[in-house]
Amino acid sequence: MIQAATVETTEIPALKRLLRRSQRRQQVTAIALVAPLLVFLLLTYIGPIGALLSRGILDPEVPSVLPRTTAALATWDGRELPPEVAFAALVADMREARSAGTLAAAATRLNYDINGFRSLMFSTARRLPAEIDSARDTLIGIDPKWGERETWAAIRRASGPVGDFYLLAALDLRRDADGNIVAAPEDQAIFIDVIARTFLISGVVTALCLVLGYPVAYVLATLPARSAGLLMIFVLLPFWTSLLVRTAAWVVVLQREGIVNSLLLGIGIIEQPLEMIFNRFAVYVAMTHILLPFMILPLYSVMKGIPAVHLRAAASLGAPPFTVFRRVYLPQTLPGIGAGCLLVFIQALGYYITPALVGGAEDQMISYLIAFYASRTINWGMAAALSILLLAATLVLCAVYGRLVGFGRVRPG
Amino acid sequence: MRMTPPEPDMSKLRHVLAQLRGVRKTYDGETLVVKDLDLDIFDGEFLTLLGPSGSGKTTTLMMLAGFETPTAGQIMLAGRDLARVPPHRRDIGVVFQNYALFPHMTVAENIAFPLSVRGVPRSDIAVRVARALDTVRLSGFGERRPAQLSGGQQQRVALARALVFEPKLVLMDEPLGALDKQLREEMQLEIRRLHERLGITIVYVTHDQAEALTMSDRIAVFHRGVIQQIDTPAAVYEQPRNAFVASFIGESNRLAGVVEAIDGAHCRVRLDDGTPILARPIDVGTGDATSVLLRPERITLADPSDPDGSSARNRLAAEIREVIYLGDHTRLRVSLAGRHDCAIKLPAGRRNPVPLPGMRVEAVFEAADCLAFRPE
Repeated sequence: MIQAATVETTEIPALKRLLRRSQRRQQVTAIALVAPLLVFLLLTYIGPIGALLSRGILDPEVPSVLPRTTAALATWDGRELPPEVAFAALVADMREARSAGTLAAAATRLNYDINGFRSLMFSTARRLPAEIDSARDTLIGIDPKWGERETWAAIRRASGPVGDFYLLAALDLRRDADGNIVAAPEDQAIFIDVIARTFLISGVVTALCLVLGYPVAYVLATLPARSAGLLMIFVLLPFWTSLLVRTAAWVVVLQREGIVNSLLLGIGIIEQPLEMIFNRFAVYVAMTHILLPFMILPLYSVMKGIPAVHLRAAASLGAPPFTVFRRVYLPQTLPGIGAGCLLVFIQALGYYITPALVGGAEDQMISYLIAFYASRTINWGMAAALSILLLAATLVLCAVYGRLVGFGRVRPG
Repeated sequence: MRMTPPEPDMSKLRHVLAQLRGVRKTYDGETLVVKDLDLDIFDGEFLTLLGPSGSGKTTTLMMLAGFETPTAGQIMLAGRDLARVPPHRRDIGVVFQNYALFPHMTVAENIAFPLSVRGVPRSDIAVRVARALDTVRLSGFGERRPAQLSGGQQQRVALARALVFEPKLVLMDEPLGALDKQLREEMQLEIRRLHERLGITIVYVTHDQAEALTMSDRIAVFHRGVIQQIDTPAAVYEQPRNAFVASFIGESNRLAGVVEAIDGAHCRVRLDDGTPILARPIDVGTGDATSVLLRPERITLADPSDPDGSSARNRLAAEIREVIYLGDHTRLRVSLAGRHDCAIKLPAGRRNPVPLPGMRVEAVFEAADCLAFRPE
């Protein structure tokens, strides 16, 4: 007995050590297998995206071009005009920036905040006299805007290096001269509208996909294997053509002289061609068509796992057909509905090409604005801030799905 | 204390609960899966539909449940024609082979399902679910999910769910097929006890003849869409009506021969190797080819030097080829009448002479145990 006890106490730590060692080897192997992909993703995906998104909260232009001014304004209380030092600092900064050719960067950034700031900066820099007594009087003499508190507040708001200017702008908000968050003026408040429209279009498309896809998935799941395979090819067919081609095809189908209008005119149902392109209708039709497979596939795989005998059992227990569907079939397909809706909704949120090609001006989604800022006005800050919003919305949706349905968790049964 | 089970009360079996008349079923319009089926199901009985796969037994069950429509014929339940009654209005409970429990509901919710779709008040449901759980000895399991139960427990839940709404008829489609042997035998007795206690009518489908013998009041033996025989387990085993029933139920040795003469209850058969034996003619006449079926446990061994033997007995020379000791009995493989794979079962403790491979003996059996059938 004593011997046995000794063996236990001495051998268990040794066993644990052995176990840990063998597990460590497995962990090292696993990490080694994943490492190449991880490095690849870090270099080509996570890194660049992180760098882009950081532009949404970084505000580097003004502090680097106007270092003395931003330093002088750091202690300004903002209630009255800043002290003479700040005016002098701005004059010094402007002279230096003009000769270095960096003035444009700061002027553009300040112009995002207050329209006309760019020309104010350039005309002021151009008209600065060689010798000045009072920087304050000289600047206000050149342009009375320098005597306004708001002008200086804009510089202070942009004095970075980190700021919430772009993020607030993406939500139609701004900071006033006193630093409080207020609604942006109505003519600049366009983002909330577009974000709401993005969610509305995505929601409608998701609902359409669910309504159209659910019965198809059911038929696929209940057909004998051979016919199901054939039908599945038709479902997957859209994956084999490019998104651009499919969208362009809808233009052909829906346009004024398109197939649908010719047909309806030919039959005599309508006398005037219907407006079916460059409007919301076309966006819904084209996006639903393109995203439908992403709804059908998860539904199909979940439905395939529901034994047909469940439906028979429910009927034999006295449930009429609709009750069988509502209480036995539908609840078991919920994980598929959740996965399908999530896939479709998240993809729809980021849609750009399709609304751009078949929608009108009032049907553009948030990605259109991101592309607009990134490629046309080169306003990386705005593009990044809108991207952050889109990413955050996606992550929140994923978290909700994870909470409600569970990732990859197969329901007990 | 009674040591023997009570005789089935035949008076309660008089009343016909369900009736199938001239029922036919074809899936492809060419072959009939069920041919002209006539079947009476008595109130309160345990009727087993027994047969090999493809014999039409499950199709018959599914037509009763309403999941299949008869191609022709009529099905009546409690005086009502079921032709236009959908499954959910038939008031028939069904237990399936793979339980078919709803995985998204707890055990209690599963059992409550047939009650709640019938609009039974909530308070009544709770009482009846608790009682049903108690009946299948699963009290306290109500809040679990089906996946958390063992196969046997899941099948008991399925039973409780099919019984809780007190259906007129309960159909069971090979309900124990997925369980291992020991659990299956346990559940057979449990279902049997439930049947006796609750007085319900059960139609049970199986391909396992031992299960049919264990559980049933009556067995209907299906083959090629036709009921070959419908009788009590003892009658089906002891007095099979044809060669199929005799060979499908229980084990038997088959000896081929020709009927030479029929004399009352006995006939003389000359086996293919020339040996004459006495047998009981079932469906054969003089001059017919026949297949004589003989149960292994109805053969005893005698020493060839022992002259004793009545005229009714068949005594055939045999050679023991293999001896398998199985505890409660000993199984022999012998050469008999030119066949080398005849089986004999000797009960434990009566081994005189002690059988050994290579031993020459005489196989002794009664003419009444040799059933002469028309070959299948």
